[in-house]
Amino acid sequence: MGELPELLAIDAAMAVVVAWFAVGLAGLAALHNFSLVARVLFPLSAALSLALAGTALSALPGAPQTAVLAIGLPDLPFHLRLDALSAFFLALLGLASAGISVFAGGYFRRGEGTPPGLLCLHYHLFLVGMAMVMLADDAYAFMVTWELMALASFFLVTTNHRIAEIRRAGFLYLLVAHVGAIAILLCFGVLQANTGDYTFANMRAQNLSPFWSSCAFLLALFGFGAKAGILPLHVWLPEAHPAAPSPVSALMSGVMLKTAIYGMVRVNFDLLGSPLWWWGVAALSVGLATALFGVVFAAAQVDMKRLLAYSSIENVGLIVVGLGLAMVFAAYRMNSLAALAMVASLYHCLNHALFKSLLFLGTGSVLHATQERNLGKLGGLMRYMPFVAWTSLVGVVASAGLPPSNGFVSEWLLLQGFLFTGGLPNPYLRMLVPIFAAGVVLVAALAGYVMVKFFGVIFLGRPREDKLAQAHDAGWLERLGLAWLTAGCVLLGLFPVAVIEVIDPITYAFLGRGLAQSGRAGDWLLLAPVSAERASYSPILFLLVTAAIVAAAFVLVRRFYHGRLRRAAPWDCGHPMQTARMQDTAEGFGQPIRQIFEPFYRMHRELPTPFDAAPRYRVTVEDPLWAWVYLRIAAATEAVSRWVGMLQRGRISIYLLYSFLTLVALLFLTQA
Amino acid sequence: MNLEGFLAQLVAMVVALVGAPLVMGWVNQCRAWLQNRRAPPLTMPFRTLHKLFWKESVVAHDASPIFRVTPYVVFGCMLLASLIVPTLSTNMPMAPAADAIALVGLFGVARLFISLAAMDIGTSFGTLGARREMLVGFLAEPAFLMVLFTASLISSSTSLATTVSALAHREFTILPSLAFAGLAFTMVSLAENARVPVDNPATHLELTMIHEALILEYSGRHLALIEWAASLKLFAYSCAGLAIFFPWGIAEANDHVALLWALPVLAMKLAIGGFLLALIETILAKMRIFRVPEFLATAFLLGVLAILVHLLLGA
Repeated sequence: MGELPELLAIDAAMAVVVAWFAVGLAGLAALHNFSLVARVLFPLSAALSLALAGTALSALPGAPQTAVLAIGLPDLPFHLRLDALSAFFLALLGLASAGISVFAGGYFRRGEGTPPGLLCLHYHLFLVGMAMVMLADDAYAFMVTWELMALASFFLVTTNHRIAEIRRAGFLYLLVAHVGAIAILLCFGVLQANTGDYTFANMRAQNLSPFWSSCAFLLALFGFGAKAGILPLHVWLPEAHPAAPSPVSALMSGVMLKTAIYGMVRVNFDLLGSPLWWWGVAALSVGLATALFGVVFAAAQVDMKRLLAYSSIENVGLIVVGLGLAMVFAAYRMNSLAALAMVASLYHCLNHALFKSLLFLGTGSVLHATQERNLGKLGGLMRYMPFVAWTSLVGVVASAGLPPSNGFVSEWLLLQGFLFTGGLPNPYLRMLVPIFAAGVVLVAALAGYVMVKFFGVIFLGRPREDKLAQAHDAGWLERLGLAWLTAGCVLLGLFPVAVIEVIDPITYAFLGRGLAQSGRAGDWLLLAPVSAERASYSPILFLLVTAAIVAAAFVLVRRFYHGRLRRAAPWDCGHPMQTARMQDTAEGFGQPIRQIFEPFYRMHRELPTPFDAAPRYRVTVEDPLWAWVYLRIAAATEAVSRWVGMLQRGRISIYLLYSFLTLVALLFLTQA
Repeated sequence: MNLEGFLAQLVAMVVALVGAPLVMGWVNQCRAWLQNRRAPPLTMPFRTLHKLFWKESVVAHDASPIFRVTPYVVFGCMLLASLIVPTLSTNMPMAPAADAIALVGLFGVARLFISLAAMDIGTSFGTLGARREMLVGFLAEPAFLMVLFTASLISSSTSLATTVSALAHREFTILPSLAFAGLAFTMVSLAENARVPVDNPATHLELTMIHEALILEYSGRHLALIEWAASLKLFAYSCAGLAIFFPWGIAEANDHVALLWALPVLAMKLAIGGFLLALIETILAKMRIFRVPEFLATAFLLGVLAILVHLLLGA
């Protein structure tokens, strides 16, 4: 078939995007045909996701490919480009959305506010938007698709739009998204340096002065930070995630937050070129503050999806810390180390996409089985929903960053990066950066606390409500989605060397260095990013030895002793009366963290007096930034509006006076 | 992987399995002497293990598979941990599989499983124990990692075997960073191994217990495995501390004479360490549970200080 023109990967990726769009339109055509949408369209979309992931992975090591699409305004076509970075994030989108779409096929029920066909359209427009953002090669295409992504996800968040709280969450999300979009637009404005040419190729060619490039950096940090959920722009996350249906939460948390990370990498490492050292410190500080804040608040949550939303904030913080470290190293031309930090960061993007999607989908199954999001009313679901419980356990281990899961690999790489900061030429940085390492370690350890709370309270113990005994396990489509993401978490954890080889072309493109050459150490089993003497980790060996010890212990105990077992009532130190209400609630489990980190929270406690006939204890935890930042901005805006409102007098003569004064002023100006 | 390394690894495993309960027995003996009691024999922990293995395991009706898997997982993690830590020789085929960070991760996995198992039955004591264990863990884990980072920065490697041989070869001077790290390590290992002043291994007093509350529902072989794992954890921690702060006497690769000496030297070091542990447990009182975070935060800060001292003074 030599005479046919070779099919470029970028064409294949565009074909998938068009097909997604077609699937969305098909959903619109079959607006109320629930079984078509759920059983055919969503699984079809998952197959398209797989095709996209395959295309992107095959294109990753190759040279960048470009295309021009003549859509949009005349003389302003869409420039598209598929390079290593785009391909990596497209692969992330494909891998995560494959599992989520299959799950969604089994998840959505009839009568959930929006008709199923419309939901299908929004969902696929969202996918199209995310894919196009990663393909865009000019500011115009980027902003249009960025908006498409924001609007489609807004409609998805407000799927159950009859509930006022959900409408409010959607509005907040839309507001923050647009504040961020303005910053991104300004950032591109700075980057094109008055040439009037908004293609990324032109931006790459510009040499900005340190002042303007710093402006661009700060605008990008703010703009993409709003999407990623960076402090103090994180407020929409804990509102929007619980409001959205679970597959949508999974897609937003797992993939959409990564589009913001993609934007940060694109602007800072590709368009701006060489970063300044203080950008790295700024990103490190903001990232660490976000991570710490996220994890401390996650520990105090009582709503399972809010808990996961705060945990997403934490993970985004860790990813930004990795990028910041890469910038610090890149500023001093320590490119191999910058590559190490960047690989850690991108690896964590991929991990978080999979394990957080998995956990959100798990909460979706729990929500459907029990109609309950409140941790205090769940419990003991491991017996009724074993499949969801075991897959969630994998997600929990990954999210806690424990070996041999994928979450551990990226944290390990990040810490390895931190251990090299002793070589930095700037003595203040040498002193400062290890403190960030200590903070990262603390965050990782706290994540373990949060995850024990999440899993233990939902799946273990005894059911805290009677109705939980009717809970049923997930359906087969849902199981397929969960199994796919679980397998992804396990494989990414066990074969880190293979994953790093996939990421390597990105660091080669931006920093000229990669990890795979030194990372191989002659052995695909052993991950050694610098040298085997320096540090190495082999998850497979790790898992095999542990499994061998466990198996040997199991067999030997039975061989030399016995395997007898008796079932009885729990002992509980001999206490005769035990009820399910005596277990820790979610509030109780988070209490030590609340006490230790008390200054972080705004807490309201309602304590009963000894004379209360119906004593009631209640504690609510609020985000202090809401009061410190947002309410103040709102109050200031209101004050300014009232002041401006003084102009409005409601009398025609006054308005005529305004016109007259304006005219005089203009005449005066033109004279001068 | 050479045969010699494999044999050394096997010997290290046997030493860990046999040595860990002996260390526990030795600490108990020393403590009894210091408190003017008659001491149980050194092999008492073995007899206890033997007794427990013969007993029937009683499991609550509501227990999920996690409850039954956990003793094995915890045992596996702790044994692997004592294989990673250089005890007799730095020539270990297992060493590249996991470095210092993975060692902390390994303890983290064990902690996660045992906490989940404690929550599994749904008793009030179980969840209380899980909550307190995670409370101790989230501060102890970073503090321990800071100690290991200090050693890693001095030897520019996170591989424990490389770290230990680098530390053993340096000229003997008391480095200020290692002094801070040593103090932090002592505090962390007291907390992590459920010893006084953080926890009291000899009591079931409900207001204060941490480790015992976690394993309250275990019996028979499950309890035996968990007790063995707990002694392995103490052994692994002690050996890690000894290897970092007193690395002399650990054999290098191809040094057969040193390998013969390594075992008696290790026994001596553990005996002294165990006596000091018993001494600490005798002269200190257990603290309130909410003083524990302060205690561990101090350890964490000392660990961070150790790193900063190393980076600033280069010592």
